[in-house]
Amino acid sequence: MSIVQTAERRSLIARMRDTDIWHSFVRNKIVMLAAFVTAVFFLAALFAPLVSPHNPFDLATLSLMDSLMQPVWLEESDPRFLLGTDDQGRDLLSAIIYGARISLAVGFASVAFAAVLGISLGLLAGYMGGRTDAIIMRIADVQLTFPSILIALLIDGSVRGIFGGAFNREDSAFYVLVVAIGLSFWVQYARTVRSSTLVEKNKEYVQAARLIGLHPIKIMLRHVLPNVTGPVLVIATINLALAIITEATLSFLGVGIPSTQPSLGTLIRIGNDFLFSGEWWITIFPGIALAVLALAINLLGDWLRDVLNPRLR
Amino acid sequence: MLAFTIRRLVQSLGVMLAVSLIAFVMFTFVGDPVDQMVGLETTIEERNALREQLGLNDPTPIQFLRFVGNAIQGDFGISYQFKRPVATILGERMPATLELALVSAILSLILGIPMGVYTALRRESLLSKLFLTISLVGVSLPTFLIGIIFIFVFAVLLQILPSFGRGEVVDMGWWSTGLLTGSGLKALIMPAITLALFQMTLIMRLVRAEMLEVLRTDYIKFGRARGLRNRAINFGHALKNTMVPVITIAGLQIGSIIAFAIITETVFQWPGMGLLFLQAVQNVDIPIMAAYLLLIAFLFVIINMAVDLLYVVVDPRIRIGGGEE
Repeated sequence: MSIVQTAERRSLIARMRDTDIWHSFVRNKIVMLAAFVTAVFFLAALFAPLVSPHNPFDLATLSLMDSLMQPVWLEESDPRFLLGTDDQGRDLLSAIIYGARISLAVGFASVAFAAVLGISLGLLAGYMGGRTDAIIMRIADVQLTFPSILIALLIDGSVRGIFGGAFNREDSAFYVLVVAIGLSFWVQYARTVRSSTLVEKNKEYVQAARLIGLHPIKIMLRHVLPNVTGPVLVIATINLALAIITEATLSFLGVGIPSTQPSLGTLIRIGNDFLFSGEWWITIFPGIALAVLALAINLLGDWLRDVLNPRLR
Repeated sequence: MLAFTIRRLVQSLGVMLAVSLIAFVMFTFVGDPVDQMVGLETTIEERNALREQLGLNDPTPIQFLRFVGNAIQGDFGISYQFKRPVATILGERMPATLELALVSAILSLILGIPMGVYTALRRESLLSKLFLTISLVGVSLPTFLIGIIFIFVFAVLLQILPSFGRGEVVDMGWWSTGLLTGSGLKALIMPAITLALFQMTLIMRLVRAEMLEVLRTDYIKFGRARGLRNRAINFGHALKNTMVPVITIAGLQIGSIIAFAIITETVFQWPGMGLLFLQAVQNVDIPIMAAYLLLIAFLFVIINMAVDLLYVVVDPRIRIGGGEE
């Protein structure tokens, strides 16, 4: 009796320290490093206006005199610009911080969109069964055979065709990217949620809920959903890295975020034009930032999958 | 076996129809084809005449049937940008992409499978750890970034490889190949490696995971107990049994190699279908987009069918027939 009571009285942090996840986290140096790097990126992106040395979008502070400065450890440099400047005289470090902000925003938004869509369709398919199930899963099967980058490109191209000129504004480019990436990632969530819904719906608590006459939608959302979302977190973490890479790729290909508000991919594309004339830093630093961010999130995702899946241990 | 083949054929036809419906919807409802084809001075009467002539006033199902009929005959309409038949343009660009994809696929298989086997057999060795680290980096590095780094190192710094194009090509009828000239081969090196890296890591990780799984099974233990030589166990029994999932993934990867070729071709300005498709997306050239989509879908369907039929050859336990897919 007393044991139960003390267990209840302990704080949330103390309880967290007792979990397998925490132990595995503390023992794994690489994962701790990855978590640290990810946290640095998230915080820098979140507080970009506070941490970045310059505001790369404030045209008043830009001067063409400062353009194409080298990083500080090389000769043609200026101590104000740690990583050098691009062709418009923007401080590269600030541009990278703001770029990471946009990349992460697209990443989170598209993963959220894909997750909501995939979970809803998966729930619906698993719980309803029959024709609903068949239609949803057939669409999923067909889509799964196509690589997501191709689907994102097609959606992107179609949306441009429909909305024409209005597309080129930064704000709409953001939403188009989120929809394109989100629509190309939903299948994984739908399949996972569907298969666990198939198991859950035959359990007694669901049958009881059905017996007392609850509406199917209420059963799905209030009773089944909380029990099937476990694996979603792992998929979402790994997808976040993928979404960031996809965003960068689309922006690099010139169909993503326009260069007035560059994301990491856009920065790399801008810098790519200067690679041959020797201004390597404009491409390489955003590239390193992107690779490190994606690698850190991937490592976290891999670790999370191993910890949460006891079968693999 | 025949019944299975026929059923797969019917399924594939269904997929193709669904994809052509999407292509048709894009073709019809995204942008106005007439707007794209005429100049500013064209009168409304002329526009309407053209509309009638193109059959755009017909009921939608009839338009769809005509679209499918034309597509089967290889007629995908006229490109908005180039004012030439889409099929001709795609035909010119196809050899470049297929050569690149084929070389990359072979490269990723002949490197990926041995690396996977090695990392599974010698789990603790330093080389295995190196391979696994490289594979994780390979998954995290976007394809275009790898391409840029290659260009920076080998074309800008060392200046030993060309940074763009296909080099000299030899025309053989409708096929043009870069595999027979020195400059063509040189130009192929960087794009092919860039494209192969990601697939190679995937195949390596897959072979490793499957090998580890198989090595734990009873028949392998039994084989060891009987005193079979390691090589016979590892390659004769274990590797053979990992091949079913490897074939599946490798087959599907050929499709994604072609899709990822869009990125690689853009980085290296490789004159293939991917670069063409990307320009089509940027300029909203719907006929090319639709045709490319259909072509890719067709390739995927063919590959998937070939993979399914290969299963039977590789794994005799898979029985054909029955109600299950």
